Amino acid sequence: MNAELVTELEVRAHLTARARIVSALGPLTALAGIGWALLQPYRITLLHPRGETFWFLFVEPPLLVIAVGLFFHFVIAPGLLEDLEDERATPR
Amino acid sequence: MQPPAEHVHWLFATGFLLLGLCLLAEAVVGTEVWRRRAWRAYLWPGIAFALGVLLWPVMVLYTNSTIHMIAHGAWAQVLMLGAATELGLVRGKLQSRWWRLGMTSVYLVSGIAFLVHEQNPWFFQRSAFLHHLLGWTLVVSAIFPLARSIRPRSHAAAVGFALTFVVVAVLLYCDRDVAPVFGHISPLAGPPHR
Repeated sequence: MNAELVTELEVRAHLTARARIVSALGPLTALAGIGWALLQPYRITLLHPRGETFWFLFVEPPLLVIAVGLFFHFVIAPGLLEDLEDERATPR
Repeated sequence: MQPPAEHVHWLFATGFLLLGLCLLAEAVVGTEVWRRRAWRAYLWPGIAFALGVLLWPVMVLYTNSTIHMIAHGAWAQVLMLGAATELGLVRGKLQSRWWRLGMTSVYLVSGIAFLVHEQNPWFFQRSAFLHHLLGWTLVVSAIFPLARSIRPRSHAAAVGFALTFVVVAVLLYCDRDVAPVFGHISPLAGPPHR
């Protein structure tokens, strides 16, 4: 009985760790983008436009990294976490 | 209206970053959980296929040299082929795990194309350095999709496969048309961008 309980707790801890990693991926990516923007503010030409052409104002790499992180966090991660939870709830 | 080459690199980096995050999430939760929703199962092979399609306009519009056109054309074809085999595997139309070798060919052909189409030496300037680095990164990392074909359930292979795309994205984001690398720039490279 105790061994079963230990196994169940181990499985749950493993699933929680996986859920934490999935939850962290988006915010960590966005954070990397913010860090990059702070380190190299000149890569965000929108902050101080000096007659740059369209593409220099449209494609801002740190903002793209932040956008990817937010997209993952708000679009992909929620469903994935739900499915992880379902997997935990489903009896094996 | 044609974007400078460095902007194209950054846009592709964004696609590769999203691809890497999806693959990393799949490696963490496992393929079974990842494929519980149909749209998610097709997501990363779909992104890879779209990136392959988008390489065609790059081939057509950026005609710096014949070798550039051949390199971009080879990337487009091999990325579409690799992604199509993954789509076939997800759909169940393809059964053999050896179809996963399609992505190994993507890594190898892309790596070789990077190395072959970069005519300048490593320290000519930043984009030359990064093209060499990208090429060797992809050639060496081909071990991961190969391991994924031999041992589809290998966690290390899945994580390595995913992280390679993240590393490629980082290197592409670092790319500038003309910029110094480690404080060095060839006088032949031209004035650096800010």
